[in-house]
Amino acid sequence: MDLVHLWIFLVGLVIILYVVLDGFSLGIGLLFPFAENEEERDVMMASIAPVWDANQTWIVFGGGALFASFPKIYTILFSALYIPLFTFLFGLIFRGVAFEFRANTQDKAKWNGAFFGGCLVATIGQGLTLGAYISGIRTDEGGFAGGAFDWLSPFSVMVAVALVAGYMLLGATYLLIKTTGNVRDRAFRQAFYAVLAVAFFMIVVSIWTPYKDPAIWARWFSEPRVYWVWTFPLLGIISFILILDHLKKRQELSPFILSILLFLSAYLGLQAAIYPYAILPDVTIYEAAAQRETLIFILWGVAFILPVVLAYTIYSYWVFKGKVTAEESYH
Amino acid sequence: MDVVLLSRLQFALTTAFHIIFPTLTIGLAIYLVVVELLWLKTRLEIYYRMYRFWVKIFAIHFAVGVVTGITLEFQFGTNFARFSQAVANIMAPLLAYEAMTAFFLEAGFLGIMLFGWKRVPPVIHFLSTCLVAFGASLSAFWIMAANAWMQTPAGYELVDGQFMVTSFKDAIFNPSFSSHLIHMLMASYVTAAFAVAGISAYFLLKKQHVFFYRKSMAIALIMAALFAPLQIFVGDWKGLVVAEHQPAKLAAMEAHWETNRDQGAALILFAIPDMKNEKNHFEISIDNMLSWLITRSSHGEVKGLLEFTKDERPNVPITFFSFRIMAGIGFIFVFVMLWAGVLWLRKKIYDTPLFLKALVAVQPLGFIATISGWITTEVGRQPWVVYGLMRTEDGVSPIAAGNVIWSLSMFMIFFGIIGASYMYYTLRMLRRGPDLESPIPPIQRMAGVRPLQSENGI
Repeated sequence: MDLVHLWIFLVGLVIILYVVLDGFSLGIGLLFPFAENEEERDVMMASIAPVWDANQTWIVFGGGALFASFPKIYTILFSALYIPLFTFLFGLIFRGVAFEFRANTQDKAKWNGAFFGGCLVATIGQGLTLGAYISGIRTDEGGFAGGAFDWLSPFSVMVAVALVAGYMLLGATYLLIKTTGNVRDRAFRQAFYAVLAVAFFMIVVSIWTPYKDPAIWARWFSEPRVYWVWTFPLLGIISFILILDHLKKRQELSPFILSILLFLSAYLGLQAAIYPYAILPDVTIYEAAAQRETLIFILWGVAFILPVVLAYTIYSYWVFKGKVTAEESYH
Repeated sequence: MDVVLLSRLQFALTTAFHIIFPTLTIGLAIYLVVVELLWLKTRLEIYYRMYRFWVKIFAIHFAVGVVTGITLEFQFGTNFARFSQAVANIMAPLLAYEAMTAFFLEAGFLGIMLFGWKRVPPVIHFLSTCLVAFGASLSAFWIMAANAWMQTPAGYELVDGQFMVTSFKDAIFNPSFSSHLIHMLMASYVTAAFAVAGISAYFLLKKQHVFFYRKSMAIALIMAALFAPLQIFVGDWKGLVVAEHQPAKLAAMEAHWETNRDQGAALILFAIPDMKNEKNHFEISIDNMLSWLITRSSHGEVKGLLEFTKDERPNVPITFFSFRIMAGIGFIFVFVMLWAGVLWLRKKIYDTPLFLKALVAVQPLGFIATISGWITTEVGRQPWVVYGLMRTEDGVSPIAAGNVIWSLSMFMIFFGIIGASYMYYTLRMLRRGPDLESPIPPIQRMAGVRPLQSENGI
């Protein structure tokens, strides 16, 4: 594996880590309106209060790592997706401050709304970004050459809705691990509906994507990809069936892990559709990659620092293991 | 309005709003380390209570700082794509390292710092506080390296308009890096110290929780006494670096138009710089002082703005006034600390209402000085985005102005809401005062803890 491939793998890894980790935090926000009272909302907040910030940091690192390893993806994508990305950021702002502000106000309803709204807007922004990215971006001489609303299409809107369902699934299955009683019981039902929605959207995306862009179809079924690309939908189907089964058996831990696998299957399928392009339809990963010295310089950090980061992240989850109570929603 | 101006306005607004929060948290984290160390060493409950109170202030600033900070990293790509493409090989790794070494550390251990009281033993908690404080200062290391590189680029070669790295060591430790970093860290420490001292003084004047706020103020004043005078020397050093590497910026900071030959350059205390006619109005100045400051001799030559063509000069009034505001506040702080020293010798530091009122009055000045300093350094770098090599107008993204008008308006509305709510909740938190009642979690109850005494007058 050469340096460029190693880096596309690493950037992919960071992005999926972000999607899963912040996905469940955002998902809990998306489920906020379904809580029946303030105590339930406190419990939901408490389940992520000590970890949401560290989860969110993966996108900060993801942005930096993408900028450093594939500057052309970073600059073209960010110019092209100006509006969805700022939408995402505005959502993150309200989601983030809600943890502190909500705990310090009499009028919790206002910041409950901001928390839910922030999570919803952030998720939609991400979904539009993803949808537009798969749809391709007009470029010229290594720069963005499209219009301000190129990102908006029925397909990108559908991906945004799909991501809302996906994050709800992650959020609900995470709540199974962290909560008890009413909140957990409701999360079982929520996870059930969410996984059905996710399966539906995954099928739609799988048909719509190659229909939109036959080149994707060709890439999926090109040699040697054709020999292993079918494992991704298979992984998806197995995860889906197991999630339904384990939800029925009232398992608390496994649905979350299986949901991650479901996400992974979709993510790998998309990567297989896009590779070897960095930006469809014209920019390849080699054209997009940074200078060799730069790739090596950040690789040192990833090799020596990232394992430490992962270690203390796991430690932090271990410190806060177990079910949460409402009073842990604020320090 | 064009994309260049709008994008600059947006970046200026978002950085100015953002910098308020890390400025406080970088310094306040150090303060919390000291307080927690005192708690572990002395086992006086008061220090535990102090920590729990000030960490709330820390947390609310941290949250706003984090969410506003993310927008900056994104704006390099959304608004300054051509600049980002050109400098990516050198600057982007610094941002990646900032996230990897500093942000993860802060975010990872912040959870334990805030929520870990019932779950980890005292030593682990203290370690978490230390790591958060270390992470906060470390993030400044990387971001100041990136910004300093834009001021004094090094360790690169230009190939077809693309900056290629030749040495990361030279790029990071570029000529203005050390003074830039230390100046910012000192600014944070001083700002946080005066913030805590000012808040404490306010409640001492109101005679609320006197023992609690005396202790809080004492540590803050020791911090201020260390760093406020030091900052003057660091500022002087930084001025010399600017003079050597960014003479146009220095000339704009000092509204110094004509290069002085065979005579000393005067230090202008006040003037209205007139860029059109290339001179100053209503000038009040001290003879030879600028030469003394920059060259350490009475007649040393200091390059004037006229040496640079009009399209290579920064905006003089903005650079000049923002610099004066920053430096003026620096001297006010030193003056307040001299006063504090005199009162301390006479053992009257807590009983001089005028002094306490002064502390309350200067409380917000650190933030104003920090923002002014950033305006000086960023506006003073113009018209360059990479000093002397790439013009700001060549750095923006190929996007429609409407995009930026939309996002800038959203930022103004949202920052208005966030800013107002932040102020409201912070003041509310302060008005409620410290919680001296809640029991200390069992895992934190070390042997020999000395509880609060009623005769302490809390």
